[in-house]
Amino acid sequence: MKIHEFQAKEILRRFGARVPQGKVIEHPGQAAEICRDFGGRSVVKAQIHAGGRGKGGGVKLAGSPEEAERLAGEILGMQLTTHQTGPEGQQVRKVLIEEALDIELELYLGVTLDRAAARPVLMASRSGGMDIEEVAQSDPDAILRELIDPLLGVLPFQCRRIASGLGFEGGTARQIQSTVATVVAAYLETDASLVEINPLMVDSKGDVYALDAKMNFDDNALFRQRDVVELRDVHEENPLEVEASGHGISYIKLDGSIGCMVNGAGLAMATMDIIKLYGAEPANFLDVGGSASQEAVASAFRIILSDPAVEAVLINIFGGIARTDRIARGVVAAIDELAADGTPVGVPVVVRLEGTNVEEGRDVLEGADFDFLVADGMASAAERAVQALESEVAGS
Amino acid sequence: MSILVGKDTRLIVQGITGREGLFHAMGCRDYGTDVVGGVTPGKGGSTVEGFSVWNSVERARRESGCNATLIFVPPPFAADAIMEAADAGVELIVCITEGIPVQDMVRAKAFLRGRDSRLLGPNCPGLITPGQAKVGIMPGHIHEPGNVGVISRSGTLTYEAVWQLTNEGLGQTTCVGIGGDPIGGTSFIDVLALFAEDEETEAIVLIGEIGGTAEEEAADWIREHLDIPVVGFIAGATAPPGRRMGHAGAIVAGGKGTAAEKKAALAAAGVLVVDSPAEMGARTAAALG
Repeated sequence: MKIHEFQAKEILRRFGARVPQGKVIEHPGQAAEICRDFGGRSVVKAQIHAGGRGKGGGVKLAGSPEEAERLAGEILGMQLTTHQTGPEGQQVRKVLIEEALDIELELYLGVTLDRAAARPVLMASRSGGMDIEEVAQSDPDAILRELIDPLLGVLPFQCRRIASGLGFEGGTARQIQSTVATVVAAYLETDASLVEINPLMVDSKGDVYALDAKMNFDDNALFRQRDVVELRDVHEENPLEVEASGHGISYIKLDGSIGCMVNGAGLAMATMDIIKLYGAEPANFLDVGGSASQEAVASAFRIILSDPAVEAVLINIFGGIARTDRIARGVVAAIDELAADGTPVGVPVVVRLEGTNVEEGRDVLEGADFDFLVADGMASAAERAVQALESEVAGS
Repeated sequence: MSILVGKDTRLIVQGITGREGLFHAMGCRDYGTDVVGGVTPGKGGSTVEGFSVWNSVERARRESGCNATLIFVPPPFAADAIMEAADAGVELIVCITEGIPVQDMVRAKAFLRGRDSRLLGPNCPGLITPGQAKVGIMPGHIHEPGNVGVISRSGTLTYEAVWQLTNEGLGQTTCVGIGGDPIGGTSFIDVLALFAEDEETEAIVLIGEIGGTAEEEAADWIREHLDIPVVGFIAGATAPPGRRMGHAGAIVAGGKGTAAEKKAALAAAGVLVVDSPAEMGARTAAALG
């Protein structure tokens, strides 16, 4: 789960980090007064769940309260496009008005999971304001790393090693040490999957501020992080993905035209891959779950077909414990249900069933009122789906 | 021969009185696995479907002599179940549970260091030695005894591979699902090393997916240590970066963990990489001539 910058800063502030003063608004009229309170200069920052906001025109410096109001008006409501939003961009619904500070130096500080070491890792560098991935590519030695012991947390000597490794001493070094401890504590206590301060800013007086902040959270741990769950902003998520998650279905919208319904995440990815090999593009990733119950299949159908780009559907089910005849009945019932609701399935549906009771499963499909294209094997399923797509396009 | 499980496996099921746990305990027993009972705290002393139930793994081990456990405990309590099994000294711990918080697994991994137990999973289908023992949730009937070892991060995609092998007339020594989470117990390399020492395994099918660097590490190991054919497939070539594809561990982050990188690393190590998931079986048959 992702949250906004202002929410991440609020969490870090609660854990003891120093963040700039700021207020979040949804109407530009409030901007001028806030800017005046900050001494007449402020930064206006679009709040969306994507990086690269600055380059996309979503972060601007205002030299006066009037300018703050004008900039807030421009940014609020805009479709902000960054390298992380996709070409359609993301609508800005909130802006953060912050005090403008004098930047002397920009650092990077982050905590994430080191999968190979099976521990959290703290990363720091003097190349603040840049993507850490870019730094890792161009100058990997510029990144300082400290593995965190999950039972002990970050240790004081590790904090000192980071501060001195970044080239600081005295009061600034002590502030950096304390920020490091803060960031690790926030990561561990909120079940975060990523905490990033980029840049961590040092001002002309040697004081340290979290100028930007990003936090992502482990979805599997949300059951014990109620405060975090309340920060969810569904406006930032694809509405179909939100609906799918409500049904326990894992769905990700993509750009192609063949809708996919598969049981199991690995098989679902492999099905997308084979569609591409046969010359078309998948419209989505969809895992209906290992059991593929009738309810899940019906919801999955609705979700796939509510994407107007879908011109054919490929169902690929490997019935393991779940018997394929039962799954086939689920598919047929779902199609009947959709027809009864006045939203009949109007695109070709290719079905590949394999596994337990497969003969009975195919009989169910053949006995249905709906004309399924039945395939045996992943390759022929993909081929038939792509052919169905081409004849649809030729016929329309 | 086979690896990890076989005729000597004496299995308990943690969470045996739950719906999933009981269903699969019976499935494993029906396949021929020696399921000696199970554990549910608070229900010790009872029996369910002919299985003895104990309150703790320690007690179960003392009274049944179990050497393997299959865990179906819900996510908030699953890491504790893993550590309890390790504390009791159970040799093989297979955790099916999906959705365990990452930090719980970080702690469980730390707890396992220096102990003799091997963890497989979590978020995995388990493992099977066809004709001997099934310790997992896979459909047993698609498997046949034979000479191909299978290792995979996925569930149903593993069944797909096994089904292709069986249809090619190729049986399997052991099929191992290592799981789709970012932190797991047993790695590709651990399983490859066991297959390398197994005289009956004549070829290996390795199924990876996007995210992390486990396949790249496996490639390095294969180049140095393995001289039997390995057929590889990586799922997720079409997955968009930065999105988690169902499995918690299946994510391309910061340009790392792509299918293209993994395929290139495996091919450079001599692995026979197939681009189509429909060709895993045929490619293995061709390699074995």
